[in-house]
Amino acid sequence: AVNGMIKYEEVVIDNCCMMFVKNPALFDVLVMPNLYGDNISDLCAGLVGAATLVRGIALAEAVYGSAPDIAGKNMGFECLFHEKFGKSNCFTAEWCSMLRHLNLHDKADLIQNAILNTIAEGKYQTADLGGKAKTIEFTNAIIDHL
Amino acid sequence: MGGRSIAAGSMTLKGMVKHAIGSGRSVTYMPRPGDGAPRGVTLIPGDGIGPLVTRAVEQVMEAMHAPVYFERYEVHGDMKRVPEEVLESIRKNKVCLKGGLKTPVGGGVSSLNVQLRKELDLYASLVNCFNLPGLPTRHHNVDIVVIRENTEGEYSGLEHEVVPGVVESLKVMTKFCSERIAKYAFEYAYLNNRKTVTAVHKANIMKLADGLFLESCRQVATKYPSIRYNEIIVDNCCMQLVSKPERFDVMVTGNSLRFSFPPQNNDMNNVTPNLYGNLVANTAAGIAGGTGVMPGGNVGGDHAVFEQGASAGNVGNEKLVEQKEANPVALLLSSAMMLRHLRFPSFADRLETAVKRVISEGKYMTKDLGGVSTTQEVVHAVIANLD
Repeated sequence: AVNGMIKYEEVVIDNCCMMFVKNPALFDVLVMPNLYGDNISDLCAGLVGAATLVRGIALAEAVYGSAPDIAGKNMGFECLFHEKFGKSNCFTAEWCSMLRHLNLHDKADLIQNAILNTIAEGKYQTADLGGKAKTIEFTNAIIDHL
Repeated sequence: MGGRSIAAGSMTLKGMVKHAIGSGRSVTYMPRPGDGAPRGVTLIPGDGIGPLVTRAVEQVMEAMHAPVYFERYEVHGDMKRVPEEVLESIRKNKVCLKGGLKTPVGGGVSSLNVQLRKELDLYASLVNCFNLPGLPTRHHNVDIVVIRENTEGEYSGLEHEVVPGVVESLKVMTKFCSERIAKYAFEYAYLNNRKTVTAVHKANIMKLADGLFLESCRQVATKYPSIRYNEIIVDNCCMQLVSKPERFDVMVTGNSLRFSFPPQNNDMNNVTPNLYGNLVANTAAGIAGGTGVMPGGNVGGDHAVFEQGASAGNVGNEKLVEQKEANPVALLLSSAMMLRHLRFPSFADRLETAVKRVISEGKYMTKDLGGVSTTQEVVHAVIANLD
């Protein structure tokens, strides 16, 4: 446990929304009940560019077999992990998260790097990222980068 | 056009007409005899930065010789209830201007801001979020009006602990309240030449509660065929608001979030239920420059209370109060809204113009806008800029 090394703060949701749009760098990890999480996660998505670039994990589901250490079971919270250094296509990024939970870190890294390289290259981007590529073209580009 | 002399050769008739149209003064407002009698306004300085910013309004009103006089009452967030004498004063004056009241988190004490709204049945809260020239923000062409239902929804204040560790919180939505807020939003749009009203909701999840809200909005929409009506789910609304706020016009919401999205022209009104309204208004305020600059008000059938647009419970931190660096712009613009409400349009215009001039000059701005001025310095600048 890392008690005392993680700073804990509380913020009222309306104030949070306001601070978020003025300076999102103020926040690191956010935890909140269902409805607020729904709204804030979409707000974040709007800030970074598109809904498909943000990945979310539902920690309450037992899909991955073992729940992560940091979350309790069946809490019903939705946590949003916002990566500062890169954006990832949401569906494949969720697979990355799952692979990491299953301790397949090298495979997860492979996929993540492929996604980042594809987006950085800029040749195949879907409409929400400002490009014209179809999903299958974008996917094939990711596969090519593996 | 009797009585006007045209200097021969100096300007053609067409030129004169063009000059007159661009002269900046609109066709005059014709008052009823006695309209200039001073109006009483209940003033609640409130907590934190409240006294600072309400004092700012008092000073500017005095400098303008505006026909209002203030009856000041001390109300603080840690009181159990809003004192009866304050409510009496507001009922007599019909208009109130207030700073924020500190809202305790948890503890079972209800917010006095909310109490005031419920007691006086101020069922519509309005926040106008718009870009101010001289205040660069990430987005341009933002002009959003958020109209939020103020009395029910998630703010019903009905909570109880079923068993230890399990709390139930009731969200109450009624046809009566949903209908009247929808009517207010459409009426506002109609009176202010706004093109679109957007209802913000989460009816895919809260099918009955938000479904009722939407039904009411749809019914009212049929009575205003010239105003475009659309609906948006609140989470999508948040996202659109931060990426394309210029699409919104008037938004109507139930109590929590207020968002509205207008189509391509920036003419939208949003109507929202209570909680959504709160979140939307704050987000929109943040987009357009922050809670330090956005004006707002609450209105019911009989009374109106004006306060800063978003985050009424946010009274600033101690340092802000000590160093007297609170931003008075939001409350000054709200008091301009109040002057229009009291039918003193010329005073409202003068106040608004002076504030906008100060912001666009950029010399006197408080910390939240990136400047170093104190509240007093901004006030003096506004007074110096009054016509």
